Amino acid sequence: MTELWNALPLVIQILLKITAILLPLLGLVAYYTLAERKVIGYMQVRIGPNRVGWRGVLQPIADAVKLVMKEIIIPTKADKTLFLMAPMLAIAPAMAVWAVFPFDEGLVLADINAGLLYILALSSLGVYGIIIAGWASNSRYALLGAMRSAAQMVAYEIAMGFALVGVLVAAGSLNLGAIVAAQQGGLFSWFWLPLLPLFGVYLISGVAETNRAPFDVAEGESEIVAGFHVEYSGMGFAVFFLAEYANMILISALTALLFFGGWLSPLPQVWVDGVFLLDDGFHWLLLKTLFFMYLLLWLRATFPRYRYDQIMRLGWKVFIPITIVWILVVALAVVYKLPPWWSV
Amino acid sequence: MGFEKFLFYLFALITLWAAGMVVSRRNPVHAVLFLVLAFVSSAALWILMEAEFLGIVLILVYVGAVMVLFLFVVMMLDVDIAALRAGFIDYLPLGLLIAGIMAIEIFLIVGPANFGLHAFPAPAPAGTDLNNTRELGLLLYTVYVYPVEIASVILLVAIIAAIRLTLRRRPDNKYVDPARQVRVKKGPDRIRLVKMASETPVPVVAPALEKESDE
Amino acid sequence: MPFDAANLVPILPEIAILITASVVLIVDLYLKDQDKGLNHSLSLIGLVIAIALTGAVGGGERQIFFDGNLVRDGISDLLKGAILVVSILAFIYARPWLKDRGMLVGEFYVLGLFAVLGMLVMVSANSFLTLYLGLELQALSLYALVAFDRDSKKGAEAAMKYFVLGALGSGLLLYGISMIYGATGSIELGPVAQAVAAQGIANKVLVFGIVFLVIGIGFKFGAVPFHMWVPDIYEGAPTPAVLFLGSAPKIAAFALAIRMLVEGLPSLHADWQGMLIILAVLSMGLGNLVAIAQTNIKRMLAYSAIGHAGFIFLGLLAGSQQGYAAAMFYAIVYAVMSAGAFGILLILSRKGFDAENLEDLKGLNDRDSWYAAMMTLVMFSMAGVPPTVGFMAKLLVLESVVRIDLVWLALVAVAFSIIGAFYYLRVIKFIYFDRPAPDAPILVTSGGVRIAMTANGLALLALGLFPAALLSLCQAAFAVQ
Repeated sequence: MTELWNALPLVIQILLKITAILLPLLGLVAYYTLAERKVIGYMQVRIGPNRVGWRGVLQPIADAVKLVMKEIIIPTKADKTLFLMAPMLAIAPAMAVWAVFPFDEGLVLADINAGLLYILALSSLGVYGIIIAGWASNSRYALLGAMRSAAQMVAYEIAMGFALVGVLVAAGSLNLGAIVAAQQGGLFSWFWLPLLPLFGVYLISGVAETNRAPFDVAEGESEIVAGFHVEYSGMGFAVFFLAEYANMILISALTALLFFGGWLSPLPQVWVDGVFLLDDGFHWLLLKTLFFMYLLLWLRATFPRYRYDQIMRLGWKVFIPITIVWILVVALAVVYKLPPWWSV
Repeated sequence: MGFEKFLFYLFALITLWAAGMVVSRRNPVHAVLFLVLAFVSSAALWILMEAEFLGIVLILVYVGAVMVLFLFVVMMLDVDIAALRAGFIDYLPLGLLIAGIMAIEIFLIVGPANFGLHAFPAPAPAGTDLNNTRELGLLLYTVYVYPVEIASVILLVAIIAAIRLTLRRRPDNKYVDPARQVRVKKGPDRIRLVKMASETPVPVVAPALEKESDE
Repeated sequence: MPFDAANLVPILPEIAILITASVVLIVDLYLKDQDKGLNHSLSLIGLVIAIALTGAVGGGERQIFFDGNLVRDGISDLLKGAILVVSILAFIYARPWLKDRGMLVGEFYVLGLFAVLGMLVMVSANSFLTLYLGLELQALSLYALVAFDRDSKKGAEAAMKYFVLGALGSGLLLYGISMIYGATGSIELGPVAQAVAAQGIANKVLVFGIVFLVIGIGFKFGAVPFHMWVPDIYEGAPTPAVLFLGSAPKIAAFALAIRMLVEGLPSLHADWQGMLIILAVLSMGLGNLVAIAQTNIKRMLAYSAIGHAGFIFLGLLAGSQQGYAAAMFYAIVYAVMSAGAFGILLILSRKGFDAENLEDLKGLNDRDSWYAAMMTLVMFSMAGVPPTVGFMAKLLVLESVVRIDLVWLALVAVAFSIIGAFYYLRVIKFIYFDRPAPDAPILVTSGGVRIAMTANGLALLALGLFPAALLSLCQAAFAVQ
């Protein structure tokens, strides 16, 4: 089997690896949408979709078929090229980010030194899809949504970036694999504890970056209909949807990776060494990621939408100062080797 | 090597083409988007030169933040390109002449005669172990710590200047301090019940009530 | 590599200014409108401390710090001191003007202090990178100061012009630096000088780089033909901002030229000398001729600044230690004169009125004879009339030019300075031989302004009578090398 794999040309190998990452991801996205409707349904004492298939399990497929069949309407006086390009610009970074994401020790498509920077850079590109969609639609609602979203994403990107700076100071590396390795040693060695403020800032900024409730003013269906994608129909809309959910999964997975030890087991190493399912492994990462994905849905079901000026205030005046102060604290802790995290 | 060369020429061509489109497009939004493209392809060129940190930071800072705000402004403003282009044709010959002379001069100096491979042989590839980011960081915070500190002061000045030039306090602002909003307690802070007979007409609603309702 | 705290000693004046600026920035937040004067006091205290520190850490052998990014030598000590003194004058003169217009806010002092910091960084820079960063710090602060009166359309226009042309100048300078770096492989002044000496004139890249460096320096000095921004900015910007950008930055620009050309590229002297001769002749000619036609005194002083830049170039292009010392003397003296001239304009201004035209000076003698005398000293000095210091300054640069056998250049300079004398003397005619406008109120100034202006004016006279005090310092600064 390995010989057969090695016999394949490098390009084919890489393509196969990409497929192996993206196909499950897209499947996860599809069922994440169903999970969202179900979870929020139960939280609001409703049942949620239950018509297609057993308890509605085929709902995402039905949705996909419906969206593919629908006509793509291009509004009058819209900028056609940009209008069609916008969804692609939204989804491309959301997919490309996964190239440097390690799923288990050594299990990564491209193990680059500056992995964290790469992720930051690519996730900062996602905003272009939204802005261009808003502008190219030739619609006031869409433009307003795009403007809100641009301001929001730029504001929270800084807080998010600073939170990640704290992580890289703590781990001493930009390589995601090395960051996980630095958290070795059980539940309390993970970075969530020493970097607790940064973890909070990162998670909340992540919700804001993905334009999810309670930071979803960019869509704000009660004020500006649906914001930037109000004019999109059929596949155009579906692609935006895909990108948004892929980004949510990414944020959850990154939180698990950067603050919760990734594939490391929460139990001390000596207990679990070699024990099936308790030892470190991909399943831990998946479990943690699913938890944070659930948390995002939970947030949406719980909180009312923030007002726009409150969002800006929270980003600029609360989060950025917190992160700056805590980076200093972490730097001092690293320099003075604060036990137990940096005692070596 | 061959593939790298191909990539270099590909990205170099994209950069040049995009840069040309920036100045020639009539629609300012398109021009800004081409500028973004030029940035992205020059970042790719830097990464080809093994300067991956600079390449990624170019995307992160310029494309991800600066250009977003720039695009934001251009979309909000109604830039009248026609007015800006008035006189463009008149000045075009002179401009082209000067630009041409400059281009030739620069090419003669910067061209292969002075900066060719004989003067600057291609450095050996550094290998994948070399951590560009780490090396840059070490250099910046040891040898170049003084310039780095000055640069940080420059950024501070930019912030102060921008705030001084734009921040105006508006007395008619309806903004409510969030700290005050949070402090509102249940009971008389939020709402005040006024007992009144239902039939006799009441002249005006108490002004205090209106004030409370802001919060 | 552990950090050596000894590196911090030579930049103590800079650190003092930075701390003062930060303190003002924060204190200003908590000050009520009527207490904003505290910013002024804090800034002056900071500047005085910086002067004291400059004296304390100065003197002695030339030393290099921060891995070659910073130098402390006679030039940096003297120029730092001069910049700080001139800045104190500027802050004192600016205060009443700002107060009358409700602009006495912390930002003015913060930006002013940061501009001073940028200049200090420039004069003690030992690499092209530090020079450039200091220049940008100074320029960025000055752009903001020019736009400081944000409701003024003229101010905004001036700031825009200043910004665009300043950015262009910086860009050209940077391009030149990149060429020098490409040819020599270093951005540190010492290694660049060695590499240049080794390669010599054969390297066309170096000459190409020098062209851009000289253009950049020309922009910063406002020398013809890179002078287009000067008159518009002097006219449009609020007078305190002009006071700031017309005085001490000339000293910093001189430092820029000295560090880049004299210390970085000494062996290419023949190349940049030719370029500087052209700039000098054009600047002296155009500056002095066009100034005659001005009715706006700020514009007139702008053209006069262009003319004086030409004279400073005369000393630089001589290429001798005597010439550099003369140019340094000239630059410092010009900064003091310029501060005095704009200081008088600020004194003449009052709430709702800006002294901008030559007519506004009419009958100054009848309104306040002491200030009239001081302005006369300033004008005499600018014109180069003995016994004021302006005469000595001009004499010294001319001497340095004659010594390298460029007698024709000296004659040209003398001719233009005689032409220039006309418009300076015209100002004096307005002061003494015209009646004041009937609605001109009595000049009311605070004691501080009067003391500062007296010191400023009398310094010009005293230095003219006893030039050796400053001149020996200037010569010592270059003799050490």
